[in-house]
Amino acid sequence: MLSSQIKSNEIVFGSCNKDLLEEIIFYGIGLGADFVEIFIENTDNSSVLAEEDFITSVSPSFGRGAGIRIFKGKKDGFVSTNDLTKHGLMRSVSQAIEMLDITNNKRELFDGLNKHRDYSLSKKKWINEVPSIHEISEKLLVSTKSLKKNNKIITRKGSYSRNLQEVIIASSDGTYVSDIRLHQTVGLNVIASDAQYRSSGSRRFGSSGMPNEFRLWDHEKAANDVFESSMNMLYADYVDAGQMPVVLANKFGGVIFHEACGHLLETTQIERGTTPFENKLNEKIAHESVTAIDEGISEGSFGSLSVDDEGMEPEKSVLIKDGILKKFISDRAGELRTGHKRTGSGRRQNYSFAAASRMRNTYIAKGEHSKEDLINSISEGLYCKSMGGGSVGATGQFNFAVEEGYLIKNGKLTIPVKGATLIGEAKEVMPKISMCGNDLELAPGFCGSISGSVNVTVGQPHIKVDSITVGGR
Amino acid sequence: MNSREITTQISKAADFLNLKKWDYGASFSNDYSVQVDKGEAKQLKASQKQILTIRVWNQSNLVGITTTSDISESGIKKALKEANIASDFGNKNESTEFSPLANDPIKVNEIEKRNPVGIKKLLTLLREAEVKLIESHESIKSVPYNGLSESFFERVYANSEGAFRSYSKSQAALYLYARAEEKNKKPRSSGSVKLGYGADDLDIESCIKEASNKTISHLNYSSIKTDKYLICFSPESFLTIINAFSSMFNARSIIDGVSLSNKNSIGEKLSTEALNIYDDGLHEKNISSTPFDGEGTPTKRLCLINRGRIENFIHSESTARIFKTTPTGHAGLGSKVSVSPDWIVVEKSEENFDLKTSLDHSTYEGEFVYIEELNAIHAGVRASQGSFSLPFDGWLYKNGKKISIDSATVAGDIKYLLKNIVNIESSQEVTTSGISPHIWVDELSITGDA
Repeated sequence: MLSSQIKSNEIVFGSCNKDLLEEIIFYGIGLGADFVEIFIENTDNSSVLAEEDFITSVSPSFGRGAGIRIFKGKKDGFVSTNDLTKHGLMRSVSQAIEMLDITNNKRELFDGLNKHRDYSLSKKKWINEVPSIHEISEKLLVSTKSLKKNNKIITRKGSYSRNLQEVIIASSDGTYVSDIRLHQTVGLNVIASDAQYRSSGSRRFGSSGMPNEFRLWDHEKAANDVFESSMNMLYADYVDAGQMPVVLANKFGGVIFHEACGHLLETTQIERGTTPFENKLNEKIAHESVTAIDEGISEGSFGSLSVDDEGMEPEKSVLIKDGILKKFISDRAGELRTGHKRTGSGRRQNYSFAAASRMRNTYIAKGEHSKEDLINSISEGLYCKSMGGGSVGATGQFNFAVEEGYLIKNGKLTIPVKGATLIGEAKEVMPKISMCGNDLELAPGFCGSISGSVNVTVGQPHIKVDSITVGGR
Repeated sequence: MNSREITTQISKAADFLNLKKWDYGASFSNDYSVQVDKGEAKQLKASQKQILTIRVWNQSNLVGITTTSDISESGIKKALKEANIASDFGNKNESTEFSPLANDPIKVNEIEKRNPVGIKKLLTLLREAEVKLIESHESIKSVPYNGLSESFFERVYANSEGAFRSYSKSQAALYLYARAEEKNKKPRSSGSVKLGYGADDLDIESCIKEASNKTISHLNYSSIKTDKYLICFSPESFLTIINAFSSMFNARSIIDGVSLSNKNSIGEKLSTEALNIYDDGLHEKNISSTPFDGEGTPTKRLCLINRGRIENFIHSESTARIFKTTPTGHAGLGSKVSVSPDWIVVEKSEENFDLKTSLDHSTYEGEFVYIEELNAIHAGVRASQGSFSLPFDGWLYKNGKKISIDSATVAGDIKYLLKNIVNIESSQEVTTSGISPHIWVDELSITGDA
């Protein structure tokens, strides 16, 4: 008898767990649940940190756990546990049922799990194909050495992390899916100092499902970019605050759309009543030059996935077409509570979070202008070459730090400026994106929200915002 | 396995692998939480979590580490093996040892543990709170962000030299963020957070009242003109800014070159002599207190700023050894041991003759900006450069009236801010992150829409 045919009282990765999963789901449905979902994961992660010319941290970690979600009507109970035995999983189901106070005898039907959709078959070899700690360390040290370009660089760091996640998803609608996800990210950071002047520079790169990607990473180019950015900003003066037109660079400039608008198009925001776009479907919410997309299918992109955390293949969702709102980003609970169809966007950090509607690769589509067209159109304004982090408040107000900025005067880039923050509200800013460049590029990032931190890609071409509040001194 | 059994299991497995020196930190928790939406249960959550972090020292005294949630016999063996492999890459330039204080007595407050009230009672309490908050004012339409949780957890530290510390406690948290809407105005939102040892200890009524009052007080708003203003920081906002720049007192950050301070900064004057700042993780008002840090060092009260001058840095074992002092109980177990403050206490010292005591947020009639809450700290603070540019919730006080400020940021430099403190009010307030009085600072830049 093959090991995969052995009936087990515990979830075994790499084996057929269908009987056990069906038994757990039958149990939940039998107790009166409308819907039962089981998400099980096994992780194998490692991270390495190089500081100056030494490896200062190597952190492997591994773990496993299950998240069980029960729906009754529109409310749900979620229980997570490290106990993957039959007893442990059934206890979690009982706990969720009890929390929801399910007492009625109405029974939903469960016809058993569908045929196993195994997305992991071609991915099992990844664990042997990713670079070893030794290989990672060597390349990180070469990278940090490349940052040592003059004596003004006082701190050099290179960091790498690799997350390998094996998942099994089964639910009472028949879904039965396995997958393996691989995410690798590498970053470089410097601090430059000269007398009272200080600046910093950082860049992060990331991929999904590409075990060889770190080996192909052009660390020299990255080091030059980070060094140049820190040097440009070292003697920069603080920007004067005020309202002005800005040009946002491509790649990570897309973080503004992600934070300021993308989150407001997630059905979790409709559920809370916190999005101004709730009733704006097929209405104009942005300048006609704006088309925005959220998808999980671009090969190798940090936010791509074969299947979401609810077992649905991701789709390409055109959120905004020529300024008109076309779609919301939806998960199972979102469909149940708001009526918007699922888009393969149910995502979670790990088994201890219930999935929620989350962005994947989100970007503004390219337009027809060159970067120079955008800058030339401004007599006085700000060019945001590199964006830092940002956030959105409960009423839709956003703010973003500008990591590397330059004043625009008479259509030309002039002096570097620091301390700028962009402040606004999505529904006011979106109609002011009047020009989109033809140089769309994506950049990886991490997005923290209701279901934890997930890998995403942000992106855009260069875009021009006609007027925005710039915070400074 | 309980914590003693885990220690025995690790010891046995380490012997088998010929690993003579090891330590570990573990945490075990049971968490329960509820969220509601207009009277209905929205999501009910329960979780059992266990995390084990093991460090081993190899024959070259280099340290390797592994973290796992698999605390089975095989999981522990695998973690030790992986940590041993990782030790080949241990930091050769900065050694790590056991804390010399890992066996010192610790103070454990037994009253801190409560029994669970259960998910049904949590749900009932939160439903009632939501209803009361919505009914408190006609403009409050919903409470989109809400949650009530209770946690029961145990933390353990042990090492191969016989140190063993275990500590269990309970904690409950309530947050209510209301959303108010009025015709032809932007929606406004604000809220309140309360902590307690158990759900029955939470001051739910004051959480409702605070969330309601704060939200309503922002209904009438106006843009502010970009300019420099006299600022009054609420206790919460001042603690936020001190915590954001706590790398000034952090020996790890100093060694790493990401602090504004350096090894010789002890005694450096940062502020008015009226300012004292302590880190006091064991303070009786600190619900989240723990009696030892990740290396087993006892938590203690430490003076960071004494009469305006830097008095002490916070340390782990290795940073303390480099600075030729003792660990202070601020370490977090990791491949690279982190250092962070516990609970900041800001006080007015007795040397307060240079303060403008007429500046009192409840009586002052001149123009000033009151900063109630700073937002987006992760985005707007450059700790290594000392600069900040942060959105905030607050009011402009002018001609005896106050009006909520719409969409504005405050920007500046932490050293400038500390040097320009012009008053420290006498009365302190307890917040979730520490204790502070209201602090007045002259001439900070505000950017507004007006």
